[in-house]
Amino acid sequence: MKIIVCVKQVPDTSGKVAVNEDGTLNRASMATITNPDDLNAVEAALALKDQTGAEVTVLCMGPPPAEGMLREILARGADRAVLISGREFGGSDTYATSQIISAAIKKIGLGDEDVVFCGRQAIDGDTAQVGSQIAEKLNLPQVSYAADLKKEGNTLTVKRMLEDGYMTIQVQTPCLITCIKELNEPRYMSVAGIFDCYSMPYEVFDYETLKDDPLVDPSTIGLKGSPTNIFKSFTPPQKGVGVMLEGSDKDTCDKLAGTLAAKHII
Amino acid sequence: MSSFNSTDLAAFTGGVWVFCEQRRGKMMATSYELISEGRKLADERDTELCGILLGDQVEGLAKELGGYGADKVFVCEHPLLKDYTTDAYTKVICDVVEAYKPEVMLIGATNIGRDLGPRVAARLHTGLTADCTHLDIDMDTYVDFLRNSSTLDVDKIKFDMEDINLKMTRPAFGGHLMATIICPRFRPCMATVRPGVMKKAEFDQAKADACAIEKPAFSLSAADIQTQVLEVVKATKKLVDLIGADVVVSVGRGISKDVEGGVKLAQELADALGGVVGGSRAVIDAGWMSADHQVGQTGKTVHPKIYVALGISGAIQHKAGMQDSECIIAVNKNETAPIFEVADYGITGDLFKVVPMLIDSIKAAKAAR
Repeated sequence: MKIIVCVKQVPDTSGKVAVNEDGTLNRASMATITNPDDLNAVEAALALKDQTGAEVTVLCMGPPPAEGMLREILARGADRAVLISGREFGGSDTYATSQIISAAIKKIGLGDEDVVFCGRQAIDGDTAQVGSQIAEKLNLPQVSYAADLKKEGNTLTVKRMLEDGYMTIQVQTPCLITCIKELNEPRYMSVAGIFDCYSMPYEVFDYETLKDDPLVDPSTIGLKGSPTNIFKSFTPPQKGVGVMLEGSDKDTCDKLAGTLAAKHII
Repeated sequence: MSSFNSTDLAAFTGGVWVFCEQRRGKMMATSYELISEGRKLADERDTELCGILLGDQVEGLAKELGGYGADKVFVCEHPLLKDYTTDAYTKVICDVVEAYKPEVMLIGATNIGRDLGPRVAARLHTGLTADCTHLDIDMDTYVDFLRNSSTLDVDKIKFDMEDINLKMTRPAFGGHLMATIICPRFRPCMATVRPGVMKKAEFDQAKADACAIEKPAFSLSAADIQTQVLEVVKATKKLVDLIGADVVVSVGRGISKDVEGGVKLAQELADALGGVVGGSRAVIDAGWMSADHQVGQTGKTVHPKIYVALGISGAIQHKAGMQDSECIIAVNKNETAPIFEVADYGITGDLFKVVPMLIDSIKAAKAAR
């Protein structure tokens, strides 16, 4: 049995973020992290490995420096890492990205007992689209928003979260599951893993590697092959500065309540 | 299926469509919001607005959509559509879209809409923009939107004023940036739209009565569905209605020294103001409140009449979900907390000292009226 986990390296948008004057993000000023939901996907894969002895391949599309992140995931317990990287892939939207990642998954090979895990969404784009689109391109059944997971034989039973409850869904392998943080608590790197991670199998798939797959056509990948384009990006204006009330005593509170009442806000 | 890069855009004359999500025979509130927004877009294109409703015995829900602006509702009923499955819903929607060729398709960005939308878009070979918060077609209204909602010097930018693409605007990078996305080469232009953001129109009974119902052909069999829904469980706990509330009192990391006391204070203040309590991502991640309380980019977007932020520093992630509230009150120990940048009224102080006094003051002010 084989498990493929898709991960993304993202800027840490929870920290301080600098925006360039032209409205683009100053990525150089930001730390990069493994996308949080993807760590839950990695943990789901490693937990299944513990249970079944499956081989775990971690797959990432991104620039060459993403190698460091992939080595860290090897140190957590994955068996093999593949980085999909190439200029031809740059500027891909979710559709084009899913075409490329699907071609890479086909290259790695997905058997009847195999499972693909993705994080639900990445914190840079927040789209939650790539997982479902990979499933469509590979004609796999999908279960998204997985908060609990059991595998018996080739059947996965998944607790799929809704806003107002959940569904219990059964699905046969091969299938694709997108994971949310409720699913598990990601493990840390092991000391042995850190020692070994630079000698573990690591490959780069570039355009040459994947170009024979019909999914990787110049008209369906990269900036030019993406159905969606950015028309304009901009920063929202700062709201006008409000009133800072002096002090933090009862008078201040009375003054605030009085103002709110006078303005018919309360 | 559309062949690659050769979609004949002019053939997509089927109007603006809204996927109207129902669960267990009850329409999701966001369907009405999207119908109301879709009406505006259909008028800008001088075309029809249609709902598409899938389920088992759901025709009775269709006419009401007319009351919010739908000209027509495509009703697709089948026992296999009773509970949502990715495969069945994708198959039926793609069948009907291929037959009627809408130029725009909107889907509520619910946990179901965000599962369905990408799969449909990938099968139709078209673009999809996730979790949009603003939509335009007319360039004039788009430029006005930019004038009010961006720091761009709009008058210095040359726009193609004849552009008729759907312009889909959404926050990116946790709300640090806004991006307007277009899908110029394929149809339908597809967007999932964040629940609670679009305003619901006034209901009009006459329009509801006039709404046309159409039952399009589609094929569906058990063999099309690769997953099996064993059960659908509704949360037993009543979930907080952040989006519908007039007042939201949220707490952040500032309650860490006494979590229970902090949440209780927030609840008391919410009760005094007639509202509900929410929390920042830190509070949800720490397990101090359940996920339905989360305000922010990865939680809910709210625009209540009053938003009170207690001990919330105001990460952009949080601000993205609340900065359009009508009146924002912030209490924070740190006078340089970014939350004060969006607050209408700010108090620098310990929330555990300030909030009890504030509750008394508000009760007194209300009693005095």
